[in-house]
Amino acid sequence: MSRAPRASTLLRFAALALLVAFLVTPQSFAPLFAPLTQYGAPPIYDQGNLLTLALAQLGTVCLAAAASTVVAVGLGILVTRASGAQFLPLSRTLVNIGQTFPPVAVLAVAVPLVGFGEKPTLIALFAYGLLPIFENTLVGLRTCPPAVLEAASGMGMSAPQRLFSVELPLAMPLILEGMRLSLVINVGTATIGSTVAAKGLGEVIIAGLLSSNTAFILQGGLLTGLMAILLYDALAALEHRLMRSVSPE
Amino acid sequence: MITVENLSKLYDTTTVVDGVSLAIERNSITAIVGTSGSGKSTLLRMINRLVEPSSGRVLIDGQDTRAEPAYLLRRRIGYVIQGNGLFPHRTVAENIATVPRLLRWDARRIASRVRELLEVFQLDPARYAEALPHQLSGGQQQRVGVARALAAEPGVLLMDEPFGALDPIIRDKAQEDLLAIQARFGTTVVVVTHDMEEAFRLADRVAVMSAGKVLQYDTPAVLLRQPADPFVSRLTGLADRAMRLLSLVTAGEAALPGAAEGPTVAASVSLREVLSQLLWCGAQSARVVDERGVVCGRLTVEAILARGRP
Repeated sequence: MSRAPRASTLLRFAALALLVAFLVTPQSFAPLFAPLTQYGAPPIYDQGNLLTLALAQLGTVCLAAAASTVVAVGLGILVTRASGAQFLPLSRTLVNIGQTFPPVAVLAVAVPLVGFGEKPTLIALFAYGLLPIFENTLVGLRTCPPAVLEAASGMGMSAPQRLFSVELPLAMPLILEGMRLSLVINVGTATIGSTVAAKGLGEVIIAGLLSSNTAFILQGGLLTGLMAILLYDALAALEHRLMRSVSPE
Repeated sequence: MITVENLSKLYDTTTVVDGVSLAIERNSITAIVGTSGSGKSTLLRMINRLVEPSSGRVLIDGQDTRAEPAYLLRRRIGYVIQGNGLFPHRTVAENIATVPRLLRWDARRIASRVRELLEVFQLDPARYAEALPHQLSGGQQQRVGVARALAAEPGVLLMDEPFGALDPIIRDKAQEDLLAIQARFGTTVVVVTHDMEEAFRLADRVAVMSAGKVLQYDTPAVLLRQPADPFVSRLTGLADRAMRLLSLVTAGEAALPGAAEGPTVAASVSLREVLSQLLWCGAQSARVVDERGVVCGRLTVEAILARGRP
């Protein structure tokens, strides 16, 4: 048991080191990508700083995820209260539309309304990320053991006290899982934001597509993928720690 | 003192509790027994307003329970349920500190109260204070549940099938603990159970419920000798009511003056156990000794049998 986590930790650090190295000193990877280019095209994206682009993309994704979390968890709490139960079908429909409507289509609709740049991307990612957080919040709040809730009320907790000190902590591992799914999906989805001039690694991929430069496409995808994996991993570790304290085994 | 006045609960058209009135003495243990669906849990939950009565009222020490918001009322009333309902994400100490924290006691007072309760319930603070509930055995979890209910020194403790999930040996110990703790803190205890044996062992008075009504509210001995209703006699057990009567009296209470031959029995055991022991060894009489081992009287088979008659 002691070796397995050590190997995975090693892999995690290797991935992180690779990501940081690529973002900070991209030119040192030029020889690796050179065989993929033709006619002396640059092997490493040179029209912008990769680190800035990656951070911009991460920022957009995190901002969108924060907004999705606030709205989805808020809705989840609302529809699990007796007074808000009637809003469940409506909330579910709205959240499902957000997931079913393709982000590209959201961009197309949003650009005429809010213009080019970060804003339409934020809207698309926000809508796309609601569903997993909402559904997980719902399951988390609904599966709190009835005896625990009864005890909380029986001890004299008011409804908000019960929500914040019992229900949400018990639902937290599931809510975090929803956030993780939402974040990871959106790290990848965010690359399409570059079609409407949002800063991000999508820029690298699009530049590669336009100039038939396979090296650009590959490094844009690779960096996005690494970010998604590391994010997923970090959040899973956090969840695991929370889970251990809430329920055994 | 808890006064229940003409209390009813209706769900749509079904009456779950039907015009119940009870006067529950301070510092006593009262058991509410009945078959499932008799309304006993609903009656209990109306005392701390987890269920709001449809009509009637409950007074605790003369004060109407509706005089304050329900959650404030509940902080003054201990509550124990089957399965404990311990907060799985909080340590044993945090669980016990729940109500004192809600009442904003200062940290030092909370810590000393938690420590006191852990010791009363035979849980070593060094070992268990920081443990999580799932690391405890079923019996220990149950004790933490009772400790949590008693943390803020409530005058009233409500228990809903508190020992239902325990195995017989642990249940026996838990009942013994409850009696000791009730004697120590002087809490007024109301316990709901479907186990007649448990009711007779714990309670000073027993309320027998059926179809939302209290059929009889009396001491165990009166319930056995003068059941008010065929249902009461069925529930209290026709076949072994004589033995149950014997189990209500201790050897010390029934001891006759004088010395005797035969086996030695402790003054605290019930006549039922003494009789069983006499049958087992074929003796006609027993010597009763108090907890210091001093002989305080004698018991004969005849004297015991006389106690089991109506």
